[in-house]
Amino acid sequence: MQWEVVIGLETHVQLKTRTKIFSGASIAFGMEPNTQADAVSTALPGVLPVLNREAVQCAIRFGLAINAEIGRRSVFSRKNYFYPDLPKGYQISQFELPVVGRGRVAVQVPSTSSGQAYEKVINITRAHLEEDAGKSLHADFHGMTGIDLNRAGTPLLEIVTEPDMRSAAEAVAYARQLHELVQWIDICDGNMQEGSFRCDVNVSVRKLGSDKLGTRREIKNLNSFKFMQQAIEYETRWQIETLEDGGSIHQATVLFNPDTGETRAMRSKEEANDYRYFPDPDLLPLEILDTDIEAVRANMPELPLAMKARFEQEYGLPAHDASSVTASRGMANYFVAAVSALGGTHSKDAAKLIANWVMGAVAAKLNEEGRDITASPVSSQQLAGLLGRILDQTISGKMAKEVFEAMWAGEGTADAIIEQRGLKQVSDIGAIEAIVDGVLAANAGMVAEYRAGKEKAFNGLVGQCMKASRGQANPAQVNDILKQKLAG
Amino acid sequence: MAERYGINHAIIPNIALKFKTYTLHMSLTIDDVLRIAHLARIEVTENEAQATLTKLGGILGLIEQMQAVDTAGVAPMSHSQDVTQRLRDDVVTETNQRELFQANAPAVENGLYLVPKVIE
Repeated sequence: MQWEVVIGLETHVQLKTRTKIFSGASIAFGMEPNTQADAVSTALPGVLPVLNREAVQCAIRFGLAINAEIGRRSVFSRKNYFYPDLPKGYQISQFELPVVGRGRVAVQVPSTSSGQAYEKVINITRAHLEEDAGKSLHADFHGMTGIDLNRAGTPLLEIVTEPDMRSAAEAVAYARQLHELVQWIDICDGNMQEGSFRCDVNVSVRKLGSDKLGTRREIKNLNSFKFMQQAIEYETRWQIETLEDGGSIHQATVLFNPDTGETRAMRSKEEANDYRYFPDPDLLPLEILDTDIEAVRANMPELPLAMKARFEQEYGLPAHDASSVTASRGMANYFVAAVSALGGTHSKDAAKLIANWVMGAVAAKLNEEGRDITASPVSSQQLAGLLGRILDQTISGKMAKEVFEAMWAGEGTADAIIEQRGLKQVSDIGAIEAIVDGVLAANAGMVAEYRAGKEKAFNGLVGQCMKASRGQANPAQVNDILKQKLAG
Repeated sequence: MAERYGINHAIIPNIALKFKTYTLHMSLTIDDVLRIAHLARIEVTENEAQATLTKLGGILGLIEQMQAVDTAGVAPMSHSQDVTQRLRDDVVTETNQRELFQANAPAVENGLYLVPKVIE
């Protein structure tokens, strides 16, 4: 039987504010326990929440970035449940009227062994502001649990999708894209290790062709894309096997165990999920005016899709290249800085060359060393300096690779390395002719083979010429001169 | 009477809406009361549950009456005052007062509040 998996995501994005959503306590990460747990975070009697303007502006930024309707009037509600890291006994969240309404994210799903890359639009149902809870430390404190409330009250934007995804690959592609987007618009630091970007994934399966949703299970708190992929794949297999064995799926919250690669139900008592939301009387409705939205819009950076289209148009970059160099804000900044450093008269050639290098040598090195482009040892300026020497034919592309390696190792600028190692390309016709003559004289066998119609022998001769020049001869000139001489 | 206390009429149907599931069932049962008490972590004895059932029934009866009011064209209201939220600048104003706050706690260790073990 053919099955279809249906996936929806809820992502908690920690907003890049200085202070908590409802009080002026710092949200700096990694501080001593409870040193940032002020009277509001610890829910002392008599305190009142006061909403952080920056958190609201972050939410508006996100809404604009996904072309969503901004809730002109949104309401904060109490989500009631008891847990020691939530001292009020309720989480302040939004329910009926969220700050961000329906929007869309266009996702590039990468190619796999079983299929081509494609684009898919994922619909966003809503995004709402809420406060984070504290942390429970279950290490043994004489049979008790330790509570750190530093994180309590940290501003979160919870972004909820429609159940639009049909594979683990689509879900991960969406999560990655969202992760880049929230960093691009500078509302989140994207640090998954520190919990700044956490995903809950709702997974259900149904018979292919059915339009009824199956019962879903929710995989909680995934903080790596690799685990997300594994967890969804395992959960999907488990649900299909359970149904094929005649069992049924019960709604549940599950946790992924990275050590075993399995998902396991955390609690199945759905009674626990009766949150009895009601509007929080401590907070007035949040009104967002046109002027507020326009003020945020005026400070929005150019968005990735717009930038991609501009690069295609302005620099004639192929769609794939334009996508790659706008895959993250850091990548785009690097590319733009390199283009403006190298730009000048041949900016189209320069842009294409830079794109090739950013996607090729630079990306490979970054990948190899697990670095982000913002931490690249070769800056955009330095790369431009190197590529400028290819464009003005001082060095060949092959030489440039060697220079690049040296630059990466911190040996200096392109010009200094070229000078030091004597890598300057020989473009002097007389010098190259001398080399070619020498090679022809020494390789009569190959010359004869070429004249007898063996085209391959030509490449062999070019190789000999390059070798004789220690790689410094201009390859295009070697080609031309060799052809002339062989024809003559 | 509501007007005399400066209460907007619109809040009344809003509350009624929250209890709609119960009013549709005509009346609460003892099980409903015990469930609500459990969710609120309030311990009630059998006798108290019976008394609470009667009291809650009376309140729901009132709400049922209020639901008869025609509220077509009245915007739902989420707060009793017709003003909107004021926003705070994103500036740190709170200092570390851990010592002071924890002086009040039954048990602390390494700066953590200690609570009875939470089992997942």
